[in-house]
Amino acid sequence: MRTDVSKINEQSPYQDLTKGLHMYAAATSKSFNTGEWRTNTPVFYAEKCKQCLLCVPVCPDSSIPVVDCRRQDFDYDHCKGCGICVKACPFGAIEMREGQ
Amino acid sequence: MAIRDRMSGNEAVAFAIKQVNPDVMPAFPITPSTEIPQLVSTYIANGDCDTEFIPVESEHSSMSATIGAEAAGARSLTATSSCGLALMWEELLLAASNRMPCVLALVNRTLSGPININCDHTDGMGARDTGWIQIYAENNQEAYDNFIQAYPIAEDERVQLPVMICQDGFITSHAVENIELLEDDKVSSFVGTYNPQEYLLKPGEPMAMGPYSVSNYAMEARKNQELALEASKEVIVEVAKKYKELTGRGFELFEEYRTEDADYVMVIIGSAAGTAKQAVDDMRAKGKKVGVIKLRVFRPFPAYELAHALKNCKAVAIMDRCESYNGNGGPLGSEIMAGLYRERIYIEAVNYIYGLAGRDFTVDHVYAIFDELEDAVVNGKKPEQFKYIGLRDAMTR
Repeated sequence: MRTDVSKINEQSPYQDLTKGLHMYAAATSKSFNTGEWRTNTPVFYAEKCKQCLLCVPVCPDSSIPVVDCRRQDFDYDHCKGCGICVKACPFGAIEMREGQ
Repeated sequence: MAIRDRMSGNEAVAFAIKQVNPDVMPAFPITPSTEIPQLVSTYIANGDCDTEFIPVESEHSSMSATIGAEAAGARSLTATSSCGLALMWEELLLAASNRMPCVLALVNRTLSGPININCDHTDGMGARDTGWIQIYAENNQEAYDNFIQAYPIAEDERVQLPVMICQDGFITSHAVENIELLEDDKVSSFVGTYNPQEYLLKPGEPMAMGPYSVSNYAMEARKNQELALEASKEVIVEVAKKYKELTGRGFELFEEYRTEDADYVMVIIGSAAGTAKQAVDDMRAKGKKVGVIKLRVFRPFPAYELAHALKNCKAVAIMDRCESYNGNGGPLGSEIMAGLYRERIYIEAVNYIYGLAGRDFTVDHVYAIFDELEDAVVNGKKPEQFKYIGLRDAMTR
């Protein structure tokens, strides 16, 4: 029987935690807002974008959502601002801005 | 009917690995453990076992891959020595904290410097607080026997911790001795098949391992890990008893050799226990009441059990094949003395350092140590603590 990890919180006694803090749930990283770490921010200029999608697979944080084969604006909750997408874009459709 | 053979310690462990037939073995060669992965890869190439062998680029990677394979749900192991173990340092702690029941065949060798490839326990003792269970062998037979017991201990639901099976570099790893081997089917049924409850590649039941833990979780997680290590003691004893039923061999936490009425006892780990036992036999023949305790399980440390095993003797020599560089002797000395004090057992306890970097340790050394203990008890001559055995010393020439 799997431990229901949704019942564990920061006040749970040690007896209630899972072995090795194993997390018995999927996609839990979604609820961890790594975008807070960002010190530089990519800005998306939709009018320059040719929808070549070269930026999508190089994003290490899967922060470029694609809907119906078209990239959307950034998922700023998870984008850490590494700037790899800027280097990948041949059309100047992404620029880095200083700060959050 | 057991199989009688002759093997080196490395051959014995490699043979045990072949019989256990684990799923994955990532390894990187380092003296004196190199033969273990070499022999296992030969077994694999010859179709004698179907372990997946991963040649990696370093020990940092071999332990990482061992953890990765174990997390995926595969029974995994690696082998190393000395600097290889040191390079695994970070991953050793992760294997334990992520509760990976993997196994490491350690062939004990000193750490640099001065650079040297011979036996002492500096490598294993350096990893003593990584959360691994550590089981040491006196000879090739014990290295084989201990390896067969490793997975049943590690994988027990009460434990779920990694196990290090240690033997002395060159002294046992390369010396050929007579050995009794179990039949393959007996090993298979003793070790059993690996059926982890939770693993990363379990279909339909996704999970994550090694998540970031904020302060509100980390201390509770460490308590649970510590409790598992404590619980492993009874599992180690249970598995040892079961193995003894099968083979008639082995010890639980430690072996007590002629200690029942002993006034003077030497506590020692590994191959030098054989030397100590020979010296005890020689001195017993002359009427001296001496005995040896050979520690098999160093982690979890049987502090209580050792203290009570020593309570009826007058003095104990605690032998460390390792210098801790703490100005307070070796790890075995510190831990046994702490255990004695906690149990209010106030016997004379002397910590000696011996056999560093392959320095010989002989029966003559053992006689002299027992004489020193007797001199302390009978004549009140305070023995020197942390004395290096066999050291060339201008003052005593």
